Amino acid sequence: MKIVVAIKQVPERDAPIHIASDGKWIDEGDLNYTINEPDAYALEEALQLKEKNGTGEVIVVCAGPERVQSTLREALAKGADRAIHIEADDLGSRDTLGVAQVLADAVKSESPDLILTGLQSDDLGLGQTGVVLAELLGIPSATIIMHVEPTASGLKVNRELEDGWFQHVELPLPALLTIQSGGNKLRYATLMGIKKAKTKELKTVPAAAASGAPAITLERVYLPEKQKKTEMLTGSPAEIAAKIVEKLKFEVRVL
Amino acid sequence: MSGVLVVMEQRSGTWNRMSFEALAAGQQLATKLGTACSAAVIGAGVDSLSSELSKKKLAKVYAVQHDQLGTYTADGYVAALEQLIQQTAPDYILFPHTYQVRDFAPALATRLKQVLISDVIAIHDGPVFVRQLLQGKLNADYRHSGSGPCLVSIQAGTFRSDAVEEGSSTVENFSPQLSADLLRAKPGEPFRESAQTVDLTAAPVIVSVGRGIGEQDNLGVVEELASALGAELAASRPICDNGWLPMERQVGSSGQTVSPKLYIAVGISGAIQHLVGMKGSKSVIAINKDENAPIFEVADYGVVGDLFEIVPELTKAVLASRS
Repeated sequence: MKIVVAIKQVPERDAPIHIASDGKWIDEGDLNYTINEPDAYALEEALQLKEKNGTGEVIVVCAGPERVQSTLREALAKGADRAIHIEADDLGSRDTLGVAQVLADAVKSESPDLILTGLQSDDLGLGQTGVVLAELLGIPSATIIMHVEPTASGLKVNRELEDGWFQHVELPLPALLTIQSGGNKLRYATLMGIKKAKTKELKTVPAAAASGAPAITLERVYLPEKQKKTEMLTGSPAEIAAKIVEKLKFEVRVL
Repeated sequence: MSGVLVVMEQRSGTWNRMSFEALAAGQQLATKLGTACSAAVIGAGVDSLSSELSKKKLAKVYAVQHDQLGTYTADGYVAALEQLIQQTAPDYILFPHTYQVRDFAPALATRLKQVLISDVIAIHDGPVFVRQLLQGKLNADYRHSGSGPCLVSIQAGTFRSDAVEEGSSTVENFSPQLSADLLRAKPGEPFRESAQTVDLTAAPVIVSVGRGIGEQDNLGVVEELASALGAELAASRPICDNGWLPMERQVGSSGQTVSPKLYIAVGISGAIQHLVGMKGSKSVIAINKDENAPIFEVADYGVVGDLFEIVPELTKAVLASRS
């Protein structure tokens, strides 16, 4: 099976939040970047499918500026066979449809049997790129998938529903799945894998210029207003503990 | 028609409760814009649901019915709604931000050459739609700039379902044209992995643990606090993803929704998916090393610091006060 994994590079979770001077994003100067966590689970699922099958190819695709190549290299070190870097410095000004179109352009000529991606990104969290990509490619999709099992006619997947419910869905190939975290245990890159990655193909292709204005526009970002008035408790650990116990006794009344 | 259309969600004749929150959002947006709000319900036999909707303040209720819509599929819903939208031409289409909407609404938006503004937490004049970025650390104002309809999904708990205005409206049947080979995916019946043995919803006190705990071997620190307080132990999704605690102890959109008297969040940053599962708690205490962690937005009492220093002291102090 030929599997494409669409990956996004995002700021690390504990990234410092300083709003940029244009008010539309955070300062990127002091950010460290990493693979979007749900995409890491999509990669893991792809690698395990290939390993179970004994044959196949896993191709990782990522759109963004030059820095995303580090994330692609890491995916190669974990076991992906080759990588495609879609070079684009203006992703922030493209909406989901524009980003998915760039991915569709790059993926189409590969004619994969299966496309996997994370269910949403840790930074923008729109949760749509995978489904939009499937729609642009004219293939069926299923979202929030915990487990993938190849069948004679395609795939049987385990889709997560709300409140602890699940559902099996059968799909023909080619298809796209958005992967939920927790279905597999993530692997680390081995030293051997890191060494091997250096010899694997990492192809760079340019993104086509954005076609037309975006359908939605981010106007400004700002720190959220607090929903509750939070009383901050300070002091040494013992002093803080004593303050909390007091609250538990006299305010919350659980002691 | 123009105006606002709210797409309700039902399964086997039962509403998804978030539908009425989206309906309240739709009515309020329509009032703000000086236009009318309608609603649509989709299925194979939805007459009792549509007649229930006809008692709300709506311009029209669309009962979108077809044999192929009895069980949810993305292909069926996208095709049916695309036809309804083409015929009725609403300016705004609102959905509850459910797992099902996440499955099909992005594809529907693509058919309409639009982009869904997903998981919206507030609607301001303009209209400006507010979304959360970076796991809730940042808010962003979005505007629809396309020339077609504007699609928006509403986060759970953003609007109150009891704010839905009563009234009366007429039900119009809408029968989409759906070809027999349209549905590519074959959905199975919903099931539960195993019988739930932990009912967090009944616990008066919950101690919940997140990524900040670092590794499984450290869980003893929070287990001791939970036992000192007579509390149930719960966790955010990453802890259960790692297999450190069973999935049934997970609080959040994919786990249990709780509203205990006291919720102590230890090392939990407070991603949106977690907050929707616990923000109804009467009191929240948050202990986290990151002062910008969104958990502090919903906390009554906050401690910025090292949980490995604070939690053992707290356990000691709780035990001392009990003896």
